[in-house]
Amino acid sequence: MTLLSVKNLGKAFRAYRSEWIRFARWVGIPLKPSNEKWVLKHISFDIFPGQAIGIVGQNGAGKSTLLKMITGTLQPTEGHILVSGRIAAILELGMGFNPDLTGRQNVMHAAGLMGFSNDEIYKAIPWIEDFAEIGNYFDQPVRTYSSGMQMRVAFSVATAFRPEILIVDEALSVGDTYFQHKSFDRIREFQKEGTALLIVSHDRSSIQSLCDRAILLEKGSVIKDGEPEEVMDFYNALIAEKENSTVKVEYNERGKAKTSSGTGEATITEVVMLNEQGQIAEYIGVGEEVSLRIKVAVHRPIETLVLGYGVKDRLGQVIYGTNTWHTKQVIRHPSVGAEYEFIISFLANLGVGSYSVEIALTDKDTHLTANYEWRNHAYVFSVVNMSKAEFVGLAWIQPQISISNKKVETISQGVAS
Amino acid sequence: MFKGLWRYRNFVLTAIQNEFRSRFIRSKLGGLWLILNPLSQVAIYALILSNVLAAKLPGITNHYAYSVYLMAGLLAWNLFNEIVMRCLTLFVEQGNLMKKMNFPKVTLPTIVTGSCMLNNVLLSIAMLTLFVILGFEFNFQMLWLVPLTLIVVLFAIGIGMIAGVLNVFLRDIGQVLPILMQVWFWFTPIVYPKSIIPEDYHGLMLLNPMAQIVNAYQNVLVYGRAVNLADLLPIITVSILLAVASLFLFRRASAEMVDVL
Repeated sequence: MTLLSVKNLGKAFRAYRSEWIRFARWVGIPLKPSNEKWVLKHISFDIFPGQAIGIVGQNGAGKSTLLKMITGTLQPTEGHILVSGRIAAILELGMGFNPDLTGRQNVMHAAGLMGFSNDEIYKAIPWIEDFAEIGNYFDQPVRTYSSGMQMRVAFSVATAFRPEILIVDEALSVGDTYFQHKSFDRIREFQKEGTALLIVSHDRSSIQSLCDRAILLEKGSVIKDGEPEEVMDFYNALIAEKENSTVKVEYNERGKAKTSSGTGEATITEVVMLNEQGQIAEYIGVGEEVSLRIKVAVHRPIETLVLGYGVKDRLGQVIYGTNTWHTKQVIRHPSVGAEYEFIISFLANLGVGSYSVEIALTDKDTHLTANYEWRNHAYVFSVVNMSKAEFVGLAWIQPQISISNKKVETISQGVAS
Repeated sequence: MFKGLWRYRNFVLTAIQNEFRSRFIRSKLGGLWLILNPLSQVAIYALILSNVLAAKLPGITNHYAYSVYLMAGLLAWNLFNEIVMRCLTLFVEQGNLMKKMNFPKVTLPTIVTGSCMLNNVLLSIAMLTLFVILGFEFNFQMLWLVPLTLIVVLFAIGIGMIAGVLNVFLRDIGQVLPILMQVWFWFTPIVYPKSIIPEDYHGLMLLNPMAQIVNAYQNVLVYGRAVNLADLLPIITVSILLAVASLFLFRRASAEMVDVL
């Protein structure tokens, strides 16, 4: 028995040269739209009771359009959706709460919006009040709630009645950990009773731990449907490939917005990061050998030229930085008009995340005596874990783990690689 | 569509109740403002225009005749105006909700209508009380208010829904309609008696359905006359046609509405 059957679904957003053409179409005048943008095409899949399906895809792949059509707020342009049972979504947490009304009154309203009769709602309210665990606040106006409390009430209403299909958005990962555990238990409970879960997330670990199937959307079509791990690997490769090919354009565009300062005797003309294959890359694997290529043009005669750089994490902490003064590679009396190329090679032994490079052109080991150019965010790159065992943290510090007990010599020996 | 509405009847009722309730929560006088607002309008017009216009009100001797005349017209116009204006922005304002939740959209105008009617009932009670205080007698012709109200509601929903749906696609309508309503208000004999309009233009007044209905309100409330149903036949016909047209439009547009919101 399928709970949800999507057949050859397609959605086009139509634009008209004038809205009057749209109005004319309603009364049956066959005019053509000026522009048809298909955001989804030929989507087909079936969902069975108790399945947990992750829907992944980049921004703009059509995930939310698909979900809106499944919930029924958007009408498909072609194809069908057959649903047996009720669909609930936890993506509109707190939607339509009136801040002046109490939690209880808002619960009445929200459950009514979900289509329940007053009798059903009255029966469910004690459970909702219990589950939300916000005590006396339940009878206080919602405007006095913290966002966590609001989320608790909203989740409790959304899951007060078991739906056949539950759409879980990333919204769920907000709120306190205690309630997160509780809500996941609730969702699992539903799943055991036969509710199918549709989970939308960018987070690889939550998709892999929760789902038994994943669907990858790209440019409006399903390009992979299967085991979560396989699908997520495919997804990561897809991102890396895509970003690499567009790096150049993005780099040029971004170049204008970069903050830089300096007196301008020497200027930075190019900053790129090359991966192992020598290609310009914005996505770098953990531990990959990369090189930073920096080109510097000298415009006016100067005594010395020193290049300094630093790699910063997302929060602006310098992870590593040095300069050519310390490495004893000072260029004395650089020739005016020449362009110097610096290649800084290193192993990207960094944790997963986004990093930026800052560069300074100076005369000595500080920029206090002369500052030819200083550029923040000169290059931004992301480190992704493509080949190493899963780890957390800022740095890749390869461990060797050996486990033994006193009777047997060695139980296991492992290298995280 | 109506099956969905029936299934959501409880929701509609709680929504009206909540809207009403939330008015009382934050402001001290709460729902009283619903009544004070139009009454202050009456007071302003009465104060400024009574000397100019009161003399032209034929057939009544009561000192407050002009005020009562104003109230009768405003009672009808207020209901009309409130429904039209709230329907106008309804779908745009509730866009987020319509995008995220799947529920019968027809509940939205129903809630608005219900809440406006409730306001109007309270306003009529307040006005009728004032009439008695001002020395007018209660008479059974006043029961005509019930069918008259329903006609105004039907007419207003028709116009409001059409404007509200089109406003989703063409936001200019949201800007133009308030101006048109303002013009319409002054072209309807509410503040002034019909008699000050030159005879030649009386024919034009017949083209204004609101003039007919406002006239009926004034007849019932000021003069205690029965309503001549034949006079109201045009507006009833127009209202029904508009309501049918708005339903048709609403059904056609509702799929596309969410696309552009």
